[in-house]
Amino acid sequence: MMDAVAPTSEAKPDLTAIAADAAGEQAVGRPTVYVYEAPVRICHWVNAVSILVLMVTGYLIGTPLPTVAGEASDNFVMGYIRFAHFAAGQVLAVFFLARILWAFVGNHHSRQIFYIPVHRKQFWKEVLHEIRWYAFLEREPKMYVGHNPLAQTAMFTGFTLFVAFMIITGFALYSEGTGIDSWQHKLFGWVFAIWPNSQDVHTWHHLGMWALVMFVSVHIYAAIREDIMSRQSIISSMVSGERQFRD
Amino acid sequence: MGAATETFYSVIRRQGITRRSFHKFCSLTATSLGLGPLAASRIANALETRPRVPVIWMHGLECTCCSESFIRSAHPLVKDAVLSMISLDYDDTIMAAAGHQAEAILEETRAKYKGQYVLAVEGNPPLNEGGMFCIDGGKPFVEKLKVMAEDAMAIIAWGACASWGCVQAAKPNPTQATPIDKVITNKPIIKVPGCPPIAEVMTGVVTFITTFGKLPELDRQGRPKMFYSQRIHDKCYRRPHFDAGQFVEEWDDEAARKGYCLYKMGCKGPTTYNACSTVRWNGGVSFPIQSGHGCIGCSEDGFWDKGSFYDRLTNIKQFGIEKNADQIGMAAAGAVGAAVAAHAAVTAVKRLASKREDAKQDH
Repeated sequence: MMDAVAPTSEAKPDLTAIAADAAGEQAVGRPTVYVYEAPVRICHWVNAVSILVLMVTGYLIGTPLPTVAGEASDNFVMGYIRFAHFAAGQVLAVFFLARILWAFVGNHHSRQIFYIPVHRKQFWKEVLHEIRWYAFLEREPKMYVGHNPLAQTAMFTGFTLFVAFMIITGFALYSEGTGIDSWQHKLFGWVFAIWPNSQDVHTWHHLGMWALVMFVSVHIYAAIREDIMSRQSIISSMVSGERQFRD
Repeated sequence: MGAATETFYSVIRRQGITRRSFHKFCSLTATSLGLGPLAASRIANALETRPRVPVIWMHGLECTCCSESFIRSAHPLVKDAVLSMISLDYDDTIMAAAGHQAEAILEETRAKYKGQYVLAVEGNPPLNEGGMFCIDGGKPFVEKLKVMAEDAMAIIAWGACASWGCVQAAKPNPTQATPIDKVITNKPIIKVPGCPPIAEVMTGVVTFITTFGKLPELDRQGRPKMFYSQRIHDKCYRRPHFDAGQFVEEWDDEAARKGYCLYKMGCKGPTTYNACSTVRWNGGVSFPIQSGHGCIGCSEDGFWDKGSFYDRLTNIKQFGIEKNADQIGMAAAGAVGAAVAAHAAVTAVKRLASKREDAKQDH
């Protein structure tokens, strides 16, 4: 696939100029760049909904609702909550996998959340710049077509690593119900070699959920803030796929 | 002793047990092991023809609750049959011989049945101070264990102590009590955890080894699959109340009287692998949950160090204070939320200020 394809027949905007010239002259015609391809956007929103469902149902599994009245045979409250949790978990797992596969065929922005270029000095310099920007020490933001370096770091740890951790521990816990001969246990049973007592796996799964709550709050806040402050589209980009630079 | 060439069958016939009772025992055992209909005759055949397996039963740092449980086994038969089935050559707690006489048996068994006897270990060796916290026959228990394990066919780790460490290995574990599989690494080890393990599970494991001359299939953690492949929760008779969302909210409430699920009272059934909810205790009379108390997870690794028996979530001590994952998570998420709000506020103020500045410059 090609990098940063412009949706219109207009010439590809000179991105380096935009980044370097952020404070300078008004760019003519508000350049837009196609950043997030359709599969990336679909994965994003499916994952977002799954994670929301998983958080709510997961919390209710750990801390169940007040007791329901009536016969046990007439109610299935925990059953439905657990079903929703397991279903959303498997959807998340499938779309997470799909997202990994897309990183191989998609544009280079689709690979951004799967690695941190730790060896590049320039990258860390720019991370520092972003930290200074968020600490109100920089007056002007730098513009990036994809994720800024700090965002890339946050996406890699906060999303890719945490969600992978949740999927692995989640399937390990799920395998306790499906049994020792299930494919879930064959694939993920090794988790219990690390924590022999499944009580500990539960604890880590809870902590992972709260870590994701933190990631989601920062993620949403940063998206809204940058949309306003960096004068580039962020939120609508995840719907249309295009990033517009408003300077 | 010395009777090891005898078969189980000849021993029990001599004790006046009829052939009919013997076959009843074989069928019951086959059933409790979850084997097919043909297994009963295979068990009968094995017990009639195979020499009894010599068993050395040793006691390390323990409370003898495993032995207490073991001698109450109802199926297979009662203790007479079980003690005849194997050739229990050494068990310092219940044997008649004592002192040098008793210790001589160990040497004799090692020499005579090299690589053929089963070493059953109740309790575990403490390793601190050169093993001085458990002296057995004038020597640290860990030395005795290593010597006897050297020539054993296999090792049975009875109970939570031998399998995981149990209470003597609970933090801070001053004696450095260590489970068997961390001390003996070159022998097959069957873990039969529980504090104590269920009597029928213990005799079931012994019967399997006697009958088939091999170890039962073990799970990833070295426990026999036939008894430890499912959680208490999976086969709990209160499970329908869990799925329905009907919980005991506090002791002695209406729900407790109705026998609802004890999940909210900290029942560890959902994280505990054992056969309590199917085999039950005292000849199938009851088990903790049936008696109205949650499972405490006694067959799980480090169950003493997981906080209160009455909390669903484990306390995490790494944070200095005793908080569970949800309390810590909520506090951290709250802090992040507050930070986000503060950051947003500062951003708004800054933006306003810089706009005014820009406006001033424009004029």
